[in-house]
Amino acid sequence: MDFYYGLAQTVGIHTLIGLSAYVVLLTGQVTMAQAAFFAIGAYAAGMLTVLAGWPIVPALGAGAVCGAATACAVGFPALRVKGLMLVVATLAFGEGVRLFFFNFDYQVAKGEIKMGPLGGEGFRQIRYFQEHGWSTGEVMLFIWVFVGLAMAVLWWFDRSRYGAVLRAVGEDELAAQSVGVNLTAVKVSAMTVGGAVAGIGGGLYAHYTTHIEHANFNIMLATFAIAYPIVGGLKNVFGTLAAVIFVQAFLIEGLRFLGDWRNLLFGALIVAAMNLRPQGFLGGRRA
Amino acid sequence: MLELRALSRHFGGVKAVDGLDLTVRKGEIVGLIGPNGSGKSTTVNVIAGLFPATSGEIRFEGESLAELPTHKRLQRGIARTFQNIRLFGQLSVWQNLWVAQNAPDDHARRGFFSRWLGGQAGVRGEIAQLLEFSGLAHKQDELAANLAFGEQRRLELARALAAKPRLLLLDEPAAGMNSEEIGQLRSRILKLRDQGITILLIEHVMELVMGVTDRIAVLNFGQKIAEGTPAEIQADPLVRKAYLGGV
Repeated sequence: MDFYYGLAQTVGIHTLIGLSAYVVLLTGQVTMAQAAFFAIGAYAAGMLTVLAGWPIVPALGAGAVCGAATACAVGFPALRVKGLMLVVATLAFGEGVRLFFFNFDYQVAKGEIKMGPLGGEGFRQIRYFQEHGWSTGEVMLFIWVFVGLAMAVLWWFDRSRYGAVLRAVGEDELAAQSVGVNLTAVKVSAMTVGGAVAGIGGGLYAHYTTHIEHANFNIMLATFAIAYPIVGGLKNVFGTLAAVIFVQAFLIEGLRFLGDWRNLLFGALIVAAMNLRPQGFLGGRRA
Repeated sequence: MLELRALSRHFGGVKAVDGLDLTVRKGEIVGLIGPNGSGKSTTVNVIAGLFPATSGEIRFEGESLAELPTHKRLQRGIARTFQNIRLFGQLSVWQNLWVAQNAPDDHARRGFFSRWLGGQAGVRGEIAQLLEFSGLAHKQDELAANLAFGEQRRLELARALAAKPRLLLLDEPAAGMNSEEIGQLRSRILKLRDQGITILLIEHVMELVMGVTDRIAVLNFGQKIAEGTPAEIQADPLVRKAYLGGV
């Protein structure tokens, strides 16, 4: 059973990072920075529970705030550029954050041992769940409460005028501007919301793996983040969830019996999925 | 209401608009005509703020617009339509109008939350009126991209009106329409004037321009070559030579 709980945890956390890219993609911006906000949330929440002794929920909230604040600060300069230039700019930012954590030492003595992030060694012993005796099933449920919450909030945004404005900006910036939409404000707000969602995801990730290091937050994770909403489609938040289940549960776990052949098939199946459903699994109502 | 003083817009060596003076008074319908490439659309784009003027001045209700970005000009009360229709194709007709509700009095009347995160209930009435006006009520849930051409033109006009403008810039609203549709457009434009909206109409379709405008300015190579009532313009030898031909 623990295997399935573990898989559900992975799916939940990847759904959060996928959703963080989903909001930004609605405005037509391709961002490779989501892994960085995820990392910031992970380190912030981990340090708060381990070093400052905070309970988990406020620590996750603080991780979300850190992710959102960074995303907002990065959004202003980054969203002045578009298309490939934005990809490059956000990629550079993501790598910058990763390298920051590669060099980040902040250790505090806790009894016999020193705890906290230690550069390339990473940040070990984030054992909040173990110390409080949570079972794997409980951790899994806890993660899914946040996934559910994030999906509900984004679903509500999608149904509100804000969601329609995000999609309008994604379709035609010039027309959106001409009907009175402040492009910068809308894009930066989407980035900020995405940063908050990624920050929560990162905080949960840090606590369920108990050990994080810079290499967890590399380009691969940033690529997965935008791949989920693109493969799943931008019609609504369930597309992203469907894509995460497809990739994590089916392609990665379900095909494990194929051994080395899995990696070959992995790429081929993503290509096949995009060819069969170019608008995503739950694609929009394309004309 | 709108004053252009020595307005110029150059693209490299091309003087798309060259020293244009034009005044639009409150409540008027002013036509802007001229051959293709004479600078009509550029004029609209400069007024709407899509790109800055190279030189000259634009004043709206006495205040200079030069420093204002496009979305702020809309909030001052200037809305526009596009020559090549630019709807949000993957949004429904209803949502296209919803997105465009950015008038300053919407900001004042509704709080931040109800304006951005509120549902559709609070704005149904206003949008129903716009749909009614443009004859699109039965299509409200269609995707904008799936509308017929004439319907798309009507939706674009309605979308401009959703921001409650005082000045409306119409960039060839009759292009590609048949004469029945032009007749309907004409009565819509006159209705808008009765509601107190001032209109700058750019158009090639003389049937429409001559029928609804109070005054017409004629552009050729970015310069104004004539201005006057429709009758004066039709009689002007210079205009006949440059544009109207054998009319």
